[in-house]
Amino acid sequence: MSVMGTQVVRTEDQNLITLGGHYVDDLREPDLIGAGHVMFLRSPVAHARISALDVSAAREAPGVLAVYTAADLDITPAESPTAEPFLARDVVRYVGEPVAVVITEQRYQLADAAELVDIDYDPLDAVIGFENALADNTLLFPDSGSNVVQTHGAEFAESTFADCEVVITRTIVNQRVAPAPLEVRSGAAAVAEDGRLTLWLSTQNAQIARATVAGALGLEPTSVRVIAPDVGGGFGAKIGADPEAVVLGWVTRTLGRSVTWTETRSENLTSMTHGRAQRQTFTIGGRRDGTVLAFRLEIVQDSGAYPRASFLPTLTELMSSGVYHIPVVEAASTCVVTNTTPIAAYRGAGRPEATAAIERAMDVFAIEIGMDPADVRRANFIRPEEFPFATASGANYDTGEYAKALDLLLESAGYQELRAEQARRRAAGDVVALGLGVASYVEITGGDAGGESGKVVINRDGSVTAFTGSSPHGQGLGTTFKMMLADQLGVPMDKITIRHGDTDEVPKAVGTFGSRSLQFGGSAIRQAAEEVIAKAKELVADLVEAAPEDVELNIEDGVWQVRGAPSAGAISWAQVSEHAGEVDLAADVWFSKVGPTFPFGAHLAVVEVDTETGKVKLRRIIALDDAGPVINPLTFRGQRHGGLAQGSAQALLEVMNYDEDGNPTTATLADYSFITATELPDFELVEMETPTTRNPLGVKGIGEAATIGSTPAVQNAVVDALAHLGVRHIDMPTTPLRVWQTLNEARRQSA
Amino acid sequence: MKVTIEVNGKTTTEDVEDRTLLVHHLRDTLGLTATNIGCDTTSCGACTVLLDGESVKSCTMLAAQADGHTVTTLEGLTGRDGELHPMQEAFREQHGLQCGFCTPGMIMASVSILKENPTPTREQVRQALEGNLCRCTGYHNIVSAVIAASGQEVDR
Repeated sequence: MSVMGTQVVRTEDQNLITLGGHYVDDLREPDLIGAGHVMFLRSPVAHARISALDVSAAREAPGVLAVYTAADLDITPAESPTAEPFLARDVVRYVGEPVAVVITEQRYQLADAAELVDIDYDPLDAVIGFENALADNTLLFPDSGSNVVQTHGAEFAESTFADCEVVITRTIVNQRVAPAPLEVRSGAAAVAEDGRLTLWLSTQNAQIARATVAGALGLEPTSVRVIAPDVGGGFGAKIGADPEAVVLGWVTRTLGRSVTWTETRSENLTSMTHGRAQRQTFTIGGRRDGTVLAFRLEIVQDSGAYPRASFLPTLTELMSSGVYHIPVVEAASTCVVTNTTPIAAYRGAGRPEATAAIERAMDVFAIEIGMDPADVRRANFIRPEEFPFATASGANYDTGEYAKALDLLLESAGYQELRAEQARRRAAGDVVALGLGVASYVEITGGDAGGESGKVVINRDGSVTAFTGSSPHGQGLGTTFKMMLADQLGVPMDKITIRHGDTDEVPKAVGTFGSRSLQFGGSAIRQAAEEVIAKAKELVADLVEAAPEDVELNIEDGVWQVRGAPSAGAISWAQVSEHAGEVDLAADVWFSKVGPTFPFGAHLAVVEVDTETGKVKLRRIIALDDAGPVINPLTFRGQRHGGLAQGSAQALLEVMNYDEDGNPTTATLADYSFITATELPDFELVEMETPTTRNPLGVKGIGEAATIGSTPAVQNAVVDALAHLGVRHIDMPTTPLRVWQTLNEARRQSA
Repeated sequence: MKVTIEVNGKTTTEDVEDRTLLVHHLRDTLGLTATNIGCDTTSCGACTVLLDGESVKSCTMLAAQADGHTVTTLEGLTGRDGELHPMQEAFREQHGLQCGFCTPGMIMASVSILKENPTPTREQVRQALEGNLCRCTGYHNIVSAVIAASGQEVDR
């Protein structure tokens, strides 16, 4: 029986549950024995000119190996008016920006030495918030003439809403949040005797990290090896190599000594990129029968201090019309820089923002015309027979069953009963209000055209080693790929090894982000296995002196045999490998044929809101996430669980805040409302599988989907709970204070 | 100063700087790297170990404060011939870990929870794990793992 689609416990876990894995800071490699400890000194102010920088006392402190500043660095970022320096030279632009780097013999000497670095900052006005940035009164990069670093998207026509009976415009904020993987950023570096640089990096893609570091240091890529050991979560914020990784490489080469660096959590919360941070103005128009005729989305993307986020709002634009067939869709964006931590990818990266906007808009429209939000959605879904569907914003959806998904979800959840309970409680004047939040979503995965590498080797003993360009860091892809190979080759999973994350073993790869790995990396592994089977067939035919078409692989027993002949004369994989002679029985492929796929689903959140205190309790969350055929339901569900938590976290609790001077006020885990076990319910999952036509596995990505659906579902539920009291919108996070203030405002207006 | 701690059944005596945190002592001096550091405000629980059988966050105490006490880390849970502790087994069976970084602390905290309450409800497990953060799992399967390790049926 095939292992595909069955629940398989992860083979990754043994090491993690007994030894706690091997993350960068755990490494005790020979090359890192006696490594110097590295700490970055970071700007404590949001925007300032560095008027004096004296590191002489720090250089004399006990155990100090070196202190470097921008003046010491002989590497510069690529020329650009908004270039991000490796270490700030004259101006700092956010709290947390690296200014100097200290290297000491021992870990605890770092803080002592850092205290002796003397830096004078002449404060400049801080640019905080969308309005301030757009006003251009203070510029982060005076030479570029504006804080606007990118504009993109459609022209808005005057006639867009001309035929609409109802038109509603609203401005909402998709707040800045911190990715906060449990393992902070970490790296180590050493130079071999031949001058070759090795970097161990907590990254989602060693190969892209290598390209960045080698490029910045002026080295040939082959002169740099990057290894991603166990990685403690990434969520998009560990894609590639940050400036600190480049500096680590430079330091080890300059100092002639291996070094190791792990930031603190408080550094991480201000110095690792943040996510989201969009102000969205939507206008939705349609008829009173529920038909939406036009949708417009105007985005301002806060990019933080250095523009790494330009791809985010364009993805938001692309996905702006969601699961609906809306005749006119207009989306456009403006990216601005502010004196805050740079924004980049965070689980969903541009798509949660799109879904949040359209799903809030659908609810706002529903309440305006007095329809149930589920019915408004049904009235506007793209129908199954319309696929492939080209959206007005330029996406080309592959497959979808949006109405079926919502119907199945609501039936499973007992939606009608919940609505009845809500009506009863409202009639009884219950101070704890019940809210139901519906969100239907579609997202894009494997949206990049990057492709992926996969190599399958049959070893002499008949075991299998596969090398993948995917770079799993919690997703369980190692187990998934073993299942696929066991299914294709008939080799038991415990005879299969999956290797990843070392540029010497896998020189060319794209890595793991954007829910791309199964589609690209999985398809590459599958194709490589197919090619190995084809080669083996020739070898077996030669061995048994039969025609290739007369030999077949008996998957059940994992042996080759002549078609129709007894299995007694079967040929093992070891024999085939042996017969290959000097050459490895292997196939090395680059898979790039896959097009983007569009996972979809529907979520229902059930909340209780205490109308006296504003406290929200997430009572239930029921999620249907359709990403096509499921290989391992255990890890598939695990990905959804994590997504549900992170989406709920943004809707309920999490926000990265700054005061008007640009001081972060949520810069420790004591202040940042990282969601805990007590704030989440058990998750209820509903299953549906609609394959894509765009890759041989029929699969779509699942890494981000549940984040995308759950965020607006939970937010919509909070607003729905208070709709009867006149509340029409509450920005995220829907904290008790914000809910209470919104309620008071609604009460004042109705009084 | 000299610090003597029984760690995972073995007596260790080491000279440490006064300010050495227990977690750094375990990781850097004794080479027990399973115990992780996830924050600097005693918020995340990644560094949870057992001190005389009770869970503590090892980033919040000095190595010196553990002098004369016994400490158990994740490495000490596994039996001598490699057999897994029921909590380790339950985390694997229930898919209670993804990236694995919170896992050592989460498992040690969970062992401590069952010691105090051998048959907790799911809600009680959630309350007891409030001081241990996980970014990957959404906690659902971690709760299931603790329930499974307690010998109760996992019904969701």
